[in-house]
Amino acid sequence: MKAPPLPLLLTWAALLALLAATLGLAYVPMSGPMNVVVALGISVAKALLVLALFMKLFRASALTRAAAAAGLFWLAVLFALSGTDYLTRKVEHVGDLPAPTGREHQPGNR
Amino acid sequence: MSDAPVIPQPEPQYATAEQQADTASFGMWVFLATEVLFFGGMLLAYTWLRATYPEGVAEAGRHTKIVIGSVNTLVLLTSSFTMGWAVHAAEHGSRKALTQLLAVTALLGLLFLGLKGYEYHKEWTEHLVPGLNFHEDSVHAQTIELFYFLYFLLTGIHGIHVTIGIGLIAVMAVRARRGAFSSRYYTPVEVTGLYWHFVDIVWIFLYPLIYLAGRS
Repeated sequence: MKAPPLPLLLTWAALLALLAATLGLAYVPMSGPMNVVVALGISVAKALLVLALFMKLFRASALTRAAAAAGLFWLAVLFALSGTDYLTRKVEHVGDLPAPTGREHQPGNR
Repeated sequence: MSDAPVIPQPEPQYATAEQQADTASFGMWVFLATEVLFFGGMLLAYTWLRATYPEGVAEAGRHTKIVIGSVNTLVLLTSSFTMGWAVHAAEHGSRKALTQLLAVTALLGLLFLGLKGYEYHKEWTEHLVPGLNFHEDSVHAQTIELFYFLYFLLTGIHGIHVTIGIGLIAVMAVRARRGAFSSRYYTPVEVTGLYWHFVDIVWIFLYPLIYLAGRS
């Protein structure tokens, strides 16, 4: 078996480095929601590497790129419109579920 | 099986073999766009749970098996690399390398499923399976149960995708071995690769959401 093409090898190395980074940074206390922001940022970087170099998305036809973009667009619609409902809704203590913590006490969040 | 190089004849509705290949690839991307929304609904539920009960989700996250999860991420990322390498081998018409790389990719997929199964077993013995044997004394027990409900739903459906992917890759490996592909015709390998990379991307997002919650 011949050696792998260098771009693929470098992508793999970058993915493993990002995995190590996200694992390490998860144990570092950060203020507020920064831990999850950093973790998801690294996930986006990993996903872009896979899309660009393994799936060759950015060399694909415009039609193909439009299909990929449509998936992300409708995902954004799903989260944005659902968020306007769920994340602005007053949450009551129901049954023996623990009372929600945090968000409902923030100003402007009724 | 004939060893003659495959010269693709396009189906009657296509003008050229290239157009046929582009259509197949486009079809997979459209399917993957629907898959984004399939997983998106479950990820939305997770987002709501985490935004509403952050402390419970953090405690639940600390129950997850970080070593198995991290090793499995390594396995899946590596399998994406071997899959990309397999497509490269197909482009260059190297039949033996293609067959071997597809086999390695499928084996890495099986390793992922094996580790996942071991993890499920551990979770069963720790009474973390909602609806079957869930037991937790924490004040956040209800949130932890919801987290584990989403955990089994997300990883279970992801696992089904991995299983389907392994099946497709195994079929491609057998076809490659029989000489079904050449540098002029390898669309099925390429499209299978797209599916496999997508399954990898789903895991890239599941990994921090499941295993890294509440670690700091």
